[in-house]
Amino acid sequence: MEHIYLAIVLAPLLGAIVAGLFRNQIGRTGAHWAAILGVAASCLLSLYVLKLFIYDGEQLYNKALYTWMVSDGIRFEVGFLIDKLTVMMMSVVTFVSLMVHIYTIGYMAHEEGYQRFFSYIALFTFAMLMLVMSNNFLQLFFGWEAVGLVSYLLIGFYFKRESAIFANLKAFLVNRVGDFGFILGIAAIAMFFNSLDYAEVFGKAPELKDATIQVWGSTPWSLMTVVCILLFIGAMGKSAQVPLHVWLPDSMEGPTPISALIHAATMVTAGIFMVARMSPLYELSETALSFVLIIGATTAFFTGLIGIVQNDIKRVVAYSTLSQLGYMIAALGVSAYAAGLFHLMTHAFFKALLFLAAGSVIMGMHHDQDIRNMGGVRKYMPITWITALLGSLALIGFPGFSGFFSKDAIIGAIHHSDIFGAGYASVLVTAGVFVTALYSFRMFFLVFHGEGPRDDHAKHHLHESPWVVTLPLILLAIPSVVIGWMTIQPMLFGDWFTGVLTVLPEHDALGEVGKHYHGQIGFIEHGMLELPFWLAMGGLFVAWFIYMKKPALALEIRTRFDWFYHVLDMKYWFDEVYQIIFAKGSRALGGFLSEVGDRFLIDGLIVNGSAKVVDSVAHRVRRLQTGYLYHYAIAMILGLLLLLSIFVVA
Amino acid sequence: MSADWPILSLTIWLPIIGGMLVLAGGDKAPNITRWLAVLVSVATFLVSLSLWSGFDPSTAQMQFVERAPWIEMFRIEYYLGVDGISMPLILLTTFITILVIIAGWEVIQFKPSQYMAAFLVMEGVMVGVFSALDAMLFYVFWEAMLIPMFLIIGIWGGPNRVYATIKFFLYTFLGSVFMLVALIYMYFKSGNMEILGFHGLKLDLTEQVLIFIAFLLAFAVKVPMWPVHTWLPDAHVEAPTGGSVILAAIMLKIGGYGFLRFSLPITPDASNELDGMIIAMSLIAVVYIGFVALVQQDMKKLIAYSSIAHMGFVTLGFFIVFIIMGRADVTGGAVLGIEGGMVQMISHGFISAAMFLCVGVLYDRVHSRMIKDYGGVVNTMPWFAAFMVFFAMSNAGLPGTSGFVGEFMVILASFRADFWFAFLAATTLIVGAAYTLWMVKRVVFGDVANHHVAELEDITKREVLVLGSLAVAVLVLGLWPAPLVEVMDATVRNLLAHVAVSKL
Repeated sequence: MEHIYLAIVLAPLLGAIVAGLFRNQIGRTGAHWAAILGVAASCLLSLYVLKLFIYDGEQLYNKALYTWMVSDGIRFEVGFLIDKLTVMMMSVVTFVSLMVHIYTIGYMAHEEGYQRFFSYIALFTFAMLMLVMSNNFLQLFFGWEAVGLVSYLLIGFYFKRESAIFANLKAFLVNRVGDFGFILGIAAIAMFFNSLDYAEVFGKAPELKDATIQVWGSTPWSLMTVVCILLFIGAMGKSAQVPLHVWLPDSMEGPTPISALIHAATMVTAGIFMVARMSPLYELSETALSFVLIIGATTAFFTGLIGIVQNDIKRVVAYSTLSQLGYMIAALGVSAYAAGLFHLMTHAFFKALLFLAAGSVIMGMHHDQDIRNMGGVRKYMPITWITALLGSLALIGFPGFSGFFSKDAIIGAIHHSDIFGAGYASVLVTAGVFVTALYSFRMFFLVFHGEGPRDDHAKHHLHESPWVVTLPLILLAIPSVVIGWMTIQPMLFGDWFTGVLTVLPEHDALGEVGKHYHGQIGFIEHGMLELPFWLAMGGLFVAWFIYMKKPALALEIRTRFDWFYHVLDMKYWFDEVYQIIFAKGSRALGGFLSEVGDRFLIDGLIVNGSAKVVDSVAHRVRRLQTGYLYHYAIAMILGLLLLLSIFVVA
Repeated sequence: MSADWPILSLTIWLPIIGGMLVLAGGDKAPNITRWLAVLVSVATFLVSLSLWSGFDPSTAQMQFVERAPWIEMFRIEYYLGVDGISMPLILLTTFITILVIIAGWEVIQFKPSQYMAAFLVMEGVMVGVFSALDAMLFYVFWEAMLIPMFLIIGIWGGPNRVYATIKFFLYTFLGSVFMLVALIYMYFKSGNMEILGFHGLKLDLTEQVLIFIAFLLAFAVKVPMWPVHTWLPDAHVEAPTGGSVILAAIMLKIGGYGFLRFSLPITPDASNELDGMIIAMSLIAVVYIGFVALVQQDMKKLIAYSSIAHMGFVTLGFFIVFIIMGRADVTGGAVLGIEGGMVQMISHGFISAAMFLCVGVLYDRVHSRMIKDYGGVVNTMPWFAAFMVFFAMSNAGLPGTSGFVGEFMVILASFRADFWFAFLAATTLIVGAAYTLWMVKRVVFGDVANHHVAELEDITKREVLVLGSLAVAVLVLGLWPAPLVEVMDATVRNLLAHVAVSKL
């Protein structure tokens, strides 16, 4: 098996190297073939491994590949841990990646830097696989930062555009704030467990349940709480949780295929994957779980609200992604790790689909992204329309669609949990369902229905995208619809994650949900009696009423609630405040330290100051050396007198 | 090459004698001198490789020892040897020198033979510093090092080179005079100049503190540590590219090396006593200097400040060991700290060299180091941009590159000393990325800013060779630091065992 796993990881890397370094020799076609073949091989092998795990009872694989370094008795290794969680992630990542690769052929057809783009996305696939297949914290951190690097490169893909290179720097730095916490968490683990290997750390975790660490003064803090919160800060950066969410909307500066792959389906879910992977640690700290829950629920609701007032098609989907990531994080907070991962999977399919559909529309509209200029696109782009409809229904949790199962499970689990913050979270995630439906279908109606497009020229040129674009849409639409139905039983209530995720009996909110689970039909029937379903329908209806039935109403509501619109339009002023405090603040601090500290105090006073002192003393002392003999003679006599008087007095 | 050859002497004298030959060759046939210089530096590197291949990593004993009386009246010897700490630094020196010589190939048209000779002599002298085991010999090499550097900055430097050279010379000379006093004091106590003998010398706390401070003045200036760092940005700005590379990649390391060879083993109790001060200075270097780097307008200054911040990790790693060893509730971590500092030194040797070379590439074409004169370089120099982004990422400590390894080890170790040490050190993840990538954004990315940028030509094969070699080194060390750590492990453990025993 080792060879298969190695091939899965290395095939995309090879594709990336070939497409990147030999871009001039192999040309555009060569580059896309190199990258696609690498990722396709990886995808097929991942699916093969998935099959082995499902049907042939393939067992867990946990082995070091090579020793990165041994220092101070700690072995730093690079190795794979392949279990059912990993296999699921590998399959999702490589499948979505493959779809995006194919789609890119169409989307980027007329762009410069075609080879570079393929090289980057294949490299991303490699990095993401390294992240999910790791069996230790070191390699996790490697993958973690490597996906961040590729994200940086891709957000700034259009490097001539000032907004793009601003966004990629911002994304990298905000992620680094998260990684700052993450690396401290790893340091804490290395200190207390003397190992960075998952199996060893998880095995030893129960022993250290009550261990404490001194952070501030002599007050003992729970070690597990400190470790889990530090690691989670990393997740907040990568998975864009409030208050580190500010980079994700800006990341839309990158080409649409990577928004789908990196900033929706895979990379941003790394935080969810990481927390689930660390469930043996998180289970030991209710404080950390509550923290996770509150952050997740806050993100889920409040970023969703912003989505309602966005007019850029990609930004609507981006805020939707933030909100959905909040749902996943909230699920982790109530120990419903399986539900979080389940939503991660369903979301990967339907959100990638929505982004790619948005990209298809953008192509049709000649790179106009403003939904107010669109409308009536359905007639011109039927495949894009139907797949976008399916994706939207999955997103709002329409009964039977994949998102329905995963979102209902999360809301149910939060509802059943009695951890601190569950009440707050329950209200927010439930209300969030209405918001989700509202922004999703606001966009859907404005883009595909009604009158339009506004511009006659655009209308004239609007046509369905080529097959390389529509094929991935169709292939992603299928799992968006059916994957929830197919996998809810084993993933949530069966034994798929047995032995992979740890849930203490007293935290098992998902188990409570499971008690009422009697097959998919029953789940749907039960769900249709619950509030979330009606909220979703309500949101859909309101969107239809406002934007289709009475278009004047939208403006009226906006004027009536102008202050609220303003708050949402300004995105709660996060960017402005950060810009002042962090960007301007650190430059001001740097300027102050540079001018006052280095130039004035050290160089001015001490270094050049002492040079000046030496200089002026020397000037004065020099005057004593007059060269006149009688001056020296008097000095000698005075000195002699002085010495004699001292001698006599003593 | 068999083991009984005097390999260390060869590594020292081959470049010095070669440098003299190059000098004697003069500038009449500059290409011949250039080829001769490359030949000498490559030969030296090949000779020094046998230090690696013949090295026995299982022992902390000095290896490749050469010993002969030098000034018998004062019992001063020509005494050379290397252990796991000095050997990698020698290899770094011989490797970087080749690149510097190649990088100066076309750029230096003014007195090329003297330029090449200065670097070759410099190489030999620096190898001498790393391998001298007699304190007098060490001191001679230590001071001799200043001369070629003084000339390099003074002759091939920028407009303000006189101020920079004087500042550089006085700063470093001031520090080393105190070191000389300390060495002479110990000579009178022990009767000879053996550095290893000094390690075992009984000293009371006052003596130790005074000696420690004398060494500190010498080494802190070299590293350089805050607040004696202000000579470095000036020296870098005025130095030619090659001078900056040698300065950043190797000369700074001599300060770090000094702490391990002298301060820690000779004055363990004073080091223990004053570690708080050094840790504070190191953390200030990481945080304060990081912010200072952020606002620099001159690329070379920015990288110079970045060097100071990165070297802060080295001294931090070396001095947290006393706190870690003093904590009863913590096992291990001290080895990690010192090894982390060592790895950081080697890695910084590669990365700072590469960064300065990148600036050199731009400077050679546009004759400006100011960030504002650039913008959109990637449009005209895509391959160069790829290198620059890669090295910037390693400078920001991206895992998979060597820049990550040392910082990671030191952060891990300092967490064992105190949460807040690790906290402050880890801020480099953010600040380091901010100043490096902000510079990259303004220089490399964006639309073509002006006609200078529009007329740029991408890097030549020679430049690819130089930057490519460094990229390979950065990657190899980042992906597989095990061999380097293994080589130094026994020496570091032995050092720590020695340091743990009080001399009082």
